[in-house]
Amino acid sequence: MTDSLTAATDVDLVVQPGDGALIRVPAGGRLRIVDTEGNQAVDTLFYDADDIANRYSAFDTIREQGAVYLSTGSRLLSGRLDELAVITSDTCGRHDTVGGACAQESNAIRYGERTRHQHACRQTFLAYGAPAGIGQRELGHNINFFMNVPVDARGSLRFDDGISGPGRYVEITATRDVLALVSNCPQLNNPCNGWNPTPVQLLGRWT
Amino acid sequence: MQQERALLVPTHGGFPDVTEYRIVSRGYTHDVPGDAAWSTPLRAGRHVTLTSLGAGANASVLLFGPDRLDRLNVPDTLKAQLSACIRPPMVLMSDRGLALASVVASTLDWHDCLTGFVREPLLVTELAKHGLGEHDLHGSVNFFSRVTPAGDERGTLTWSPGHGSEGDSVTLRTELDLLLVLSTSPHPLAPAGYEPAGVRVEVAHAPHVDAEDASVLFRPESARALEMSRRSVA
Ligand SMILES: [Zn+2]
Repeated sequence: MTDSLTAATDVDLVVQPGDGALIRVPAGGRLRIVDTEGNQAVDTLFYDADDIANRYSAFDTIREQGAVYLSTGSRLLSGRLDELAVITSDTCGRHDTVGGACAQESNAIRYGERTRHQHACRQTFLAYGAPAGIGQRELGHNINFFMNVPVDARGSLRFDDGISGPGRYVEITATRDVLALVSNCPQLNNPCNGWNPTPVQLLGRWT
Repeated sequence: MQQERALLVPTHGGFPDVTEYRIVSRGYTHDVPGDAAWSTPLRAGRHVTLTSLGAGANASVLLFGPDRLDRLNVPDTLKAQLSACIRPPMVLMSDRGLALASVVASTLDWHDCLTGFVREPLLVTELAKHGLGEHDLHGSVNFFSRVTPAGDERGTLTWSPGHGSEGDSVTLRTELDLLLVLSTSPHPLAPAGYEPAGVRVEVAHAPHVDAEDASVLFRPESARALEMSRRSVA
């Protein structure tokens, strides 16, 4: 696979666990997320850059592709069924969009009150989304790149060890101008980050 | 269509002026026809029973908490209770980690929540009545519908025809004051031309919740969400 993206990039950003980014990807631009050390969940939301009410919808995306997991070819749809972006390259294999983002409030429910004041993705979403007018009402259900949440025919769901590895990446191509709101997940209490959150690299190429 | 069974009861004897009266609700039933939308505020501590009035009904439900900002969070609900569908005795959780409602009974062991809903103008209008709009949409529970994962590499999903029959029912217990928004449009994966049945909504007072309650005992996560709802009105 040619690696033209690293040759001349418009964005080259290392995001530490517990940190995030808000990136405007122009139509036709490619954003690559690199799992630098492996098994790292990257919680991501997409918005139409011209109208943030037209935002990524996990369940519309799942239904329209007739499958739970995201991978190469998955069209990332908004609630209006507009295509915001497409996954155009994926060396991991599959990604979750059912498991949602960790939050202080859901950590307290899942792991007990002692975890309430740990870093959490929805804190990052609110902090990085604010300049674009993205507040609590505008937080839809997100994508968890590199996260493995198997769903089976009996209707059970679990968080498994990741299937990603060092250097694996996923790349999206924007169909229209979009905002990518990214949180590199700091979760310490389940295997989604291999119990050890690590940095990710964001590479953007717009031409 | 709406059968009110409210009574006016004097608050302290006699037959004084009307300001001395309070309304004591004994609940009600309301039939929502197929292909319609409806919404209602619900007080905490009610049983809300949805009953399918024919084969193949679908009730896509959105839930909002007391401030109408906090709302149902399907991903949090699923991951806290390790389920890919809604069934008793799961607790329906909000963004803020509160138990909005508990599923206390169901004749079906599977209610879909992975495939969203049809964004019908009627549903959007129903939200607008409460000052809500596109920003407030969230993953729905599609009662009486089943979409089965194949368990394969891509997680293929298949809508199951004939899942619900006439008379199937599901009962929620409201844990906080809620706004319920309901659409009886066909499930979005139902074939074109599908005529959905209506759904009966029955609201009644729920019995007192004790420590032996199935939802309290279900999982520690379910119990903690119920506790958080109690704290939110402490
Ligand atoms: Zn997280």
